[in-house]
Amino acid sequence: MRLSPDEIIFWQYGFFKLNATIVVTWGLMFVLAVGSELITRKLSTGLRRSRWQNFLEIIVTAIEKQIEEVGLSHPEKYLPFLGTLFLFVAAASLGTVIPGYEPPTGSLSTTTALALCVFVAVPLFGVEEQGVGGYLKSYAQPTAIMLPFNIISEISRTLALAIRLFGNMMSGAMIIGILLTITPFIFPIAMTALGLLTGMVQAYIFSILAAVYIAAATRVRRPKPEPDAKH
Amino acid sequence: MDSLTIIAVASIVTAGITTSFGAIGPALGEGKAVSSALSSLAQQPDASATITRTLFVGLAMIESTAIYCFVVSMILLFANPFWNHVIAQAAGK
Repeated sequence: MRLSPDEIIFWQYGFFKLNATIVVTWGLMFVLAVGSELITRKLSTGLRRSRWQNFLEIIVTAIEKQIEEVGLSHPEKYLPFLGTLFLFVAAASLGTVIPGYEPPTGSLSTTTALALCVFVAVPLFGVEEQGVGGYLKSYAQPTAIMLPFNIISEISRTLALAIRLFGNMMSGAMIIGILLTITPFIFPIAMTALGLLTGMVQAYIFSILAAVYIAAATRVRRPKPEPDAKH
Repeated sequence: MDSLTIIAVASIVTAGITTSFGAIGPALGEGKAVSSALSSLAQQPDASATITRTLFVGLAMIESTAIYCFVVSMILLFANPFWNHVIAQAAGK
C-alpha cells in the first residue's frame, strides 16, 4: 500500500525524481496563478462586475476578516502569505473530487515545506514589527528561565503543523483506499465527502494557526501603566 | 523465532495498541470540548462566530494527538525502518 504520492515516479534521471507530488503541486500552482491572473486582468469598480471577480472578492475579504479577528490589526500586510497558504491547502484537498488525483499535502515533504515557511515567516514578521532586540527579548518572557522552553515550543509547533496536515490528508486517502477493497460502491463516496470537509477544516486550521503564531510574535509589549504616582 | 518474525509481530501488535489507545484520549477530550461549546452556544447565540472558530481550532489541536498516534502506527506497518534494516542485512549476506 502506498503511504504517500511520493512513491508514484513518472520520470527518473539519477538522483532527480519527478514524482506525483511535484507534478500535482506544479499543476495546482499553475491553476491558481493563471486563474488569478485571468480573473484580475479586467477588474471593475462599477456596479457591473464579473462572477469570478465576485468569487475572488468573497474569498479575499473573508480571509482578511478572519486574520483581523485573530488579532492582527493590518490584515492586508499578512494577506499574501496567509491567503496563499490557505488557498493552496484548500485547493489541494478540493482536488480530490477529480478521479485519479493524489493530494500533494498527503506527502510529508509538502507539509514540511509549508510548515518551514511558517517557521521562517514568524520571526521575519516579528523582527519587522518589534526590531531584532525586541523580538529576541520576547523569547525570555516572562522570565529568563522560560528561554529553552520557548525555543522548544517554536520547533515542536512547526513539527506539529507538518504532521497534523500530513496525517489528516494521508488518513483520508488511506481510509478511502481500504474501503474501496471492502465495500466498493456507496460508502467510499460518503467518506470522500467527509474527506472534503476535513480538508477544508485543515486548510482553515493551518492558516489560522500561522496567523496566531504571527500575532503572538508581532505583539508589541506596551509598558504597563503605573497604578499610582511615585511615593 | 528469527529476528524478522519478532520484528513483524512486535510492529503489528504495537501498531494496533498505539491507534486504539491514541483514539481514547482525544475522543474523551473532543466530546468534552463539543459539549461545553454546545451549551455555551445555547446560552449565548450571539457569540456563535467566536465560539465556533475557537472550537474548530481547539478540536484540531486535540485531534492532532490522535493523528500522531495514527502516523506512528502507519510508519510501523508500512514504512518500518527496523524491518527494512533486517531485510537489507539479509540481502547483503
